[in-house]
Amino acid sequence: MKLQKKKKPSPAISTSSLPDIVFMLLFFFMVTTVMRQTELKVKVVVPQATEIQKLEKKSLVSYIYIGAPSDNYKSKFGTAPRIQLNDAFATPNQVPEFIEKERAARLEQEVPLLTTSIKADRDAKMGIVTDVKQELRKVNALKLNYSSSKRSEVY
Amino acid sequence: MPRKQGRGTPEVNAGSMADIAFLLLIFFLVTTTIDTDKGIAIRLPPMPEPNQPENNIKLKERNVLKVLVNAADQLLVDGKPMSIKELKKTTKDFIDNPSQDPTKAESPMKAVISLKNDRGTSYNLYIQVHNELKAAYNELREAKAQGEFGRAFDKLTESQQNEIKDYYRQVISEAEPEDIGGGN
Repeated sequence: MKLQKKKKPSPAISTSSLPDIVFMLLFFFMVTTVMRQTELKVKVVVPQATEIQKLEKKSLVSYIYIGAPSDNYKSKFGTAPRIQLNDAFATPNQVPEFIEKERAARLEQEVPLLTTSIKADRDAKMGIVTDVKQELRKVNALKLNYSSSKRSEVY
Repeated sequence: MPRKQGRGTPEVNAGSMADIAFLLLIFFLVTTTIDTDKGIAIRLPPMPEPNQPENNIKLKERNVLKVLVNAADQLLVDGKPMSIKELKKTTKDFIDNPSQDPTKAESPMKAVISLKNDRGTSYNLYIQVHNELKAAYNELREAKAQGEFGRAFDKLTESQQNEIKDYYRQVISEAEPEDIGGGN
C-alpha cells in the first residue's frame, strides 16, 4: 500500500500573541512588586517556626531590624548585632522616637492597630531584643510580631 | 505637486515589542521580593506604673510552669533540665493535666506559664520556646474543638472559638528582664 504521505513541513508556531502573554506577566509582577523602601544594613536570617501568623495590613507595620552589620559596614560598626531603624543604625533609646514618628505618619484611628515587627537575626542575643522590647513597652507599642519563616517539621 | 497615492502611515514594526516586554519583565522579576511577612504574634504586657504598688498576685505553685532559659541555651522547666523537643508535650501535660497530678495545673484556666530568659540567650532559641508554647495551646484548642464541636478550630463560629480560647487561655508571663548570669 502506498499510504506514505508526503512529509509536510511543520507549520511555524505563531508568536504574535507572545507579547500579550509577556505583558500580562509583566503587569502581574509590576503590581505585586513592593520596592524596598529601606536599604538593609544588617544581615537578617529570621528564625524558623511552625506557629506563624500572617501580618495583615502591611501599611500598619513598622519594622525594626536587628542583626550583625553587613559586609560594607563591618569595618565601621563591627560585627556585634545592632539595631536598624529606617535607614540608619540606632540604639535602643531611639526606638520610642521611631515609634512616635511612625504613629504621626498614620491616621489617628489607625494608631492602635499599629504592629511592630521585629526582624531579628537568629544568631542575635536576647539582650538587644529585650532592650527593644522594654522601649516598646515604654511607649505602649504592645502589638509585636517576631518575624519568622515557615518550618515544616515539628519537634 | 504630485502626490503619491495610497501611502498611509507605515505600519510600526511590532516585532521587537516582545523583546522590550521581556526586558522589563526580567527587571521586575529580579527586583521583586515577595515579602513573606509572617511571624509569631505576641502582645507585650504594659509597663507597670512607676507609683503603682507592686502587685504580687500569689499564684499557687502548682499552677505555674516555670520555663527558664540560660545563656548557654539550656532549658530548665520546673526545675528539671529539658530539651526543646519535649517542651510541647510537657506544656500540654501541664495545662490539661489529664492524670490529675497534684504538681500540675488545677485547671487549664488557672495555668500560667512563666518564661524567663537571660540576656545571653540566643534569639533563635527564644523563638523556638515561644513557638513550642504556642503550639501546645494550639493543639489543645484544636483537640477541644474536635471533641466538643466535631470541627476544626478555625471552622468554628467566633463565639465557639472564644469559648475555647477562654478555656485554654494562653497566659505566658515573661519575667522582667534581668541578668541571671551564665556568661554573655
